[in-house]
Amino acid sequence: MAKIWVYGDPAQDSTGFKTTLEILTKARSLGGEVEAVVFGPGATEAAKAFGEHGATKVFAGDDAAFADTIGTVAATALHQLVQENQPNIILFPMSYDARDVASRLSAKTGSTLMSNATDFTGADGAKTAIFGGAQIVDVKFDGPDPKLVLIRPKSFDAEPSGGTAEVVSVSAPTVEGAKVVERHEQAASGPKLEDASVIVSGGRGLQDPSNFKLLEDLAALIPGAAVGATRAVVDAGWVPYAMQIGQTGKTVKPKVYIAVGISGATQHIVGMKSSDRIVAINKDAEAPIFQLADLGIVGDALKVVPKLTEEVKARKG
Amino acid sequence: MNVLVLVKQIPDPNNPYQLANNRLKRDGGQNVLDPGDEFGVEAALQLTEANGGEVTVVSMGPESAMEAIRRALSMGAHKGVLISDDSLQGADALVTARVLAAAIKKTGFDLVIAGVESTDGSTGTVPGAIAELLGVPLASFAKHLEIKDTTLHIQRQTEKGYDDVESPLPAVLTVTAGVNEPRYPTFKGIMQAKSKPVEQLKVGDLGVSADEAKATQTVNEVTPAPARGAGEKFEDDGTGAAKVADFLKEAKVI
Repeated sequence: MAKIWVYGDPAQDSTGFKTTLEILTKARSLGGEVEAVVFGPGATEAAKAFGEHGATKVFAGDDAAFADTIGTVAATALHQLVQENQPNIILFPMSYDARDVASRLSAKTGSTLMSNATDFTGADGAKTAIFGGAQIVDVKFDGPDPKLVLIRPKSFDAEPSGGTAEVVSVSAPTVEGAKVVERHEQAASGPKLEDASVIVSGGRGLQDPSNFKLLEDLAALIPGAAVGATRAVVDAGWVPYAMQIGQTGKTVKPKVYIAVGISGATQHIVGMKSSDRIVAINKDAEAPIFQLADLGIVGDALKVVPKLTEEVKARKG
Repeated sequence: MNVLVLVKQIPDPNNPYQLANNRLKRDGGQNVLDPGDEFGVEAALQLTEANGGEVTVVSMGPESAMEAIRRALSMGAHKGVLISDDSLQGADALVTARVLAAAIKKTGFDLVIAGVESTDGSTGTVPGAIAELLGVPLASFAKHLEIKDTTLHIQRQTEKGYDDVESPLPAVLTVTAGVNEPRYPTFKGIMQAKSKPVEQLKVGDLGVSADEAKATQTVNEVTPAPARGAGEKFEDDGTGAAKVADFLKEAKVI
């Protein structure tokens, strides 16, 4: 029977360890031995939720050094735990910090490391979606245990099973590395993108940063709506990174996703293709986004969106 | 200072990707220097312009990856290293990291710069594995960087904003798109690039064993994902907004 470990990333705290809970839910369905590892402030506290989602044991390290040193402290502690407990596979959320830890561990143990997995099939294989989700690749692992897999957010639904986990306390080793000296958090307003029931998202087709105001006006009328963006406009400095949806950015799954002036590059589609329903507004009739859209409007976003805001107002009475 | 930049040649991301033998088809189409790597090249050029030193471009890939190296040289990098070996076809992230780390050690470095992830593979795990193999810090996801004395200072992108991060040198650094505005090669730069030195290496030159160069991931099969049901598409004749509003009403979100 396989021993499956799931890694919890406190930097994902804004989503309440959601991806970790999703992975735990899937892991316990495979019937192996499921345990978790979590490092950084709040680790022991998180162990309760991990237990409720199927972990029978949680290795928890609360020391701030885990979070304040990029990759090295966590990877060294994890390596030590791996040698002592010999898991067959470790599943990580596809987050910034977890990626830096997993890649270091891979070099330490010589283990295979797969990114962007959307499913796993046991201790020796996983699946990933490529070409914006058009193709599913089934990958088989070889080489030494533990196999290492980074899993995309929202690949599974999280469901508690009601268990409790034994907590094993882990102390932080002293290891050099790049260090965080100060944190800056951008104040967020409105619902988080990951939790929004409707997302109005903008791309280059909006032509100018000031036109994001049109999307905000529309979103303000829809309960639980948030505004998102493509990498292209974030890179161009139009809107903050926190709004970015896609491969490098957030993965979202709202009831309705309204893509405005977005062509549908693979990088973006990866982050929103699982939305329940998709609406696309774009003046290029050949834009790939229309292949995903339940409703597509070929037209000028700058004309359609203000009108849509009026129409929504009218329907709300 | 001695700055190494890792670059990759990829199929032009503006064209649809195709598979050949369950791998990304890399020949027969237009290939380009990964646009994400141009930010790394630019960062290296700015650092050496400010602090002195040389920029070396390092790539692992087929012989044709020489074009990607020449592109970086035409932007202003000083020399190149290309590791091209048939035995590396199908290399995974860890194998790639081992080969590149060996080439980096052989060349010598104060700072290694890479993009956050490649545009075609998007694994994003090669730089971290290289840092571990070299035994140096990784300063990742930089959206701003500078070197003061011998310390690297970056603004590291996070889920909620950014962190100020400091790292001693030598180190591995990954840069996000948007960290700078990559320059275009000048005509003079393109001409000069042709005569800049590029060292060509095989796996055997690097002391990487056949075992270490063997991929530990193989593709069982590639299958089409279940397609979303085809939707409706309308040319906007003035009623487009109303159609969307009706759709939102029907979805019960307004």
